[in-house]
Amino acid sequence: MAKEEKWELRLYIAGQTPNSVLALKNITKYCENHLEGKYTIEVIDLLKNPQLAEGDQIFAIPTLVRKVPVPLRKIIGDLSNEEKVLVGLNIRPVKL
Amino acid sequence: METLLKTPTGIGGLDEITNGGFPKGRPVLICGSAGCGKTLFAAQFLVKGITDYNEPGVFMSFEETAKDLTQNFESLGFDFEKLKAEKKLQIDHVHIERSEIEETGEYDLEGIFIRLNYAIDSIGAKRVVLDTIESLFSGMQNMALLRSEIRRLFTWLKEKGVTTVITGERGENSLTRQGLEEYVSDCVILLDFRVIEQIATRRLRIVKFRGSTHGTNEYPFLIGENGISVLPVTSLMLDYKSPTEIISTGLPGLDNLFSTGGIYRASSTLITGNAGTSKTILASHFAMSSCKRNEPTLFFSFEESPEQLVRNMATIGIDFEQAIKSKLLHIQASRPSLQGLELHLMVLNKLLDELKPRTVIIDPISSLITIGNTNEVRAMLVRLMDTLKKKQINALFTSLTYDGQSEYNNSTVDAVSSLADTWIDLKNEARNNERARSLLIVKSRGMGHSNNQHDFLITGKGFQFTSSNKK
Repeated sequence: MAKEEKWELRLYIAGQTPNSVLALKNITKYCENHLEGKYTIEVIDLLKNPQLAEGDQIFAIPTLVRKVPVPLRKIIGDLSNEEKVLVGLNIRPVKL
Repeated sequence: METLLKTPTGIGGLDEITNGGFPKGRPVLICGSAGCGKTLFAAQFLVKGITDYNEPGVFMSFEETAKDLTQNFESLGFDFEKLKAEKKLQIDHVHIERSEIEETGEYDLEGIFIRLNYAIDSIGAKRVVLDTIESLFSGMQNMALLRSEIRRLFTWLKEKGVTTVITGERGENSLTRQGLEEYVSDCVILLDFRVIEQIATRRLRIVKFRGSTHGTNEYPFLIGENGISVLPVTSLMLDYKSPTEIISTGLPGLDNLFSTGGIYRASSTLITGNAGTSKTILASHFAMSSCKRNEPTLFFSFEESPEQLVRNMATIGIDFEQAIKSKLLHIQASRPSLQGLELHLMVLNKLLDELKPRTVIIDPISSLITIGNTNEVRAMLVRLMDTLKKKQINALFTSLTYDGQSEYNNSTVDAVSSLADTWIDLKNEARNNERARSLLIVKSRGMGHSNNQHDFLITGKGFQFTSSNKK
């Protein structure tokens, strides 16, 4: 059952700012650790595609959006607190 | 030195108070409590900017959806859909759903900047509305960050060169709940909505306007069919035209008491007198003379219904019925207390636009005093007279006076008499077991006039002087 779960994440950034770079690094790390093989991260740079900001109601940068599984969840910030991110995304940590 | 450039506000009367409008390319804060008309104010600034001044605009809403906004303003003739289709308007609804958002670590509000920037650039916007940015405060936890970002946003908007209207909810001890006035230092306007003695009035005050002179009073404003209009208590300039044409008062005997043989067109006349001194009759003669000249006439009656007025005047040979049938005379009757002062003025303004009367009669103007305090009534009367003067309308007001000292009596008479061009006082006296009616011209600007008391009678043919009053 758990194998069928698929995670579609979207990370909104605005250029290579320290917060954005850090957020991408953090979420990639968490996903590798806990969701290996069952996630995708799409990075959207709003400086290049500003028209995409309205659709997901982005106001803060960086914002991580969990598109799948529903319901939609958002986490804003550089994602430095792993526990909060996992709780926010409702990911059960893999015990190492 | 560089002078401050202004942007027309699109709000009737406000440009006059602000000496030309909002500071161009700067943020303006509109604050007020719920329901005072902030969003409408902002929307009108934007829509009129597009339709009247060809300045495209962006509406960033933090509360209502684009669909709601579109619906809400449809009734005021603001066609958001059409303006959007023409690429003159962009609406962006920033919706923050607290329950689906977590915060962890550092972030900024670049998302809002990007969205605004995108919206502004896509239509070449010159005007921006942020309604109400304070909603962000309930959606986020990091207040310190939020404050610094809002400060950055305002600076950015200034650099972008757009004139921005920011709305803010009134706080308990400050102008806005979140103290936005600290960040917007150029122009702050406060809207107020109060109910005094059961009558609601809306007011506007310019709290601050850096680098510009502005009216400092509280100005009443109306939300009418065409949006907001502010009523300057006095128009800033006395610049109306003064025709030299002479018109009749409706009574040849009275006309002859003036050296010019009548009164000036577009002048204002005040008739004062105790109860039962024939003020309304004199006013009715004046109305009829206007109808005889084939000029549309508007009669505001605050005491009698149109039917009663028609019936009563018929007994002294004044045929109002015919005048109404021929559409020259319109009698507008309402209880003074039915509406607030401003609404009375609005009804009047509306009728002025619809009927385009050349003569307006208000009988009696003193009843308006029952619905407001002296200052308000005075201010309204001044505005009223200004409006009529500007439109070159012959105006006649009656005012009830009482014997002896009365507070009511003095204030209206004081307010109007100094503004009126002609002042006629009517008297009822007991002489030799008889009630004698008499008329005295107290003043009449720009012409000589009789200084005597003239006796008159009310007969089946109306107002008749007992002496011939021939020249």
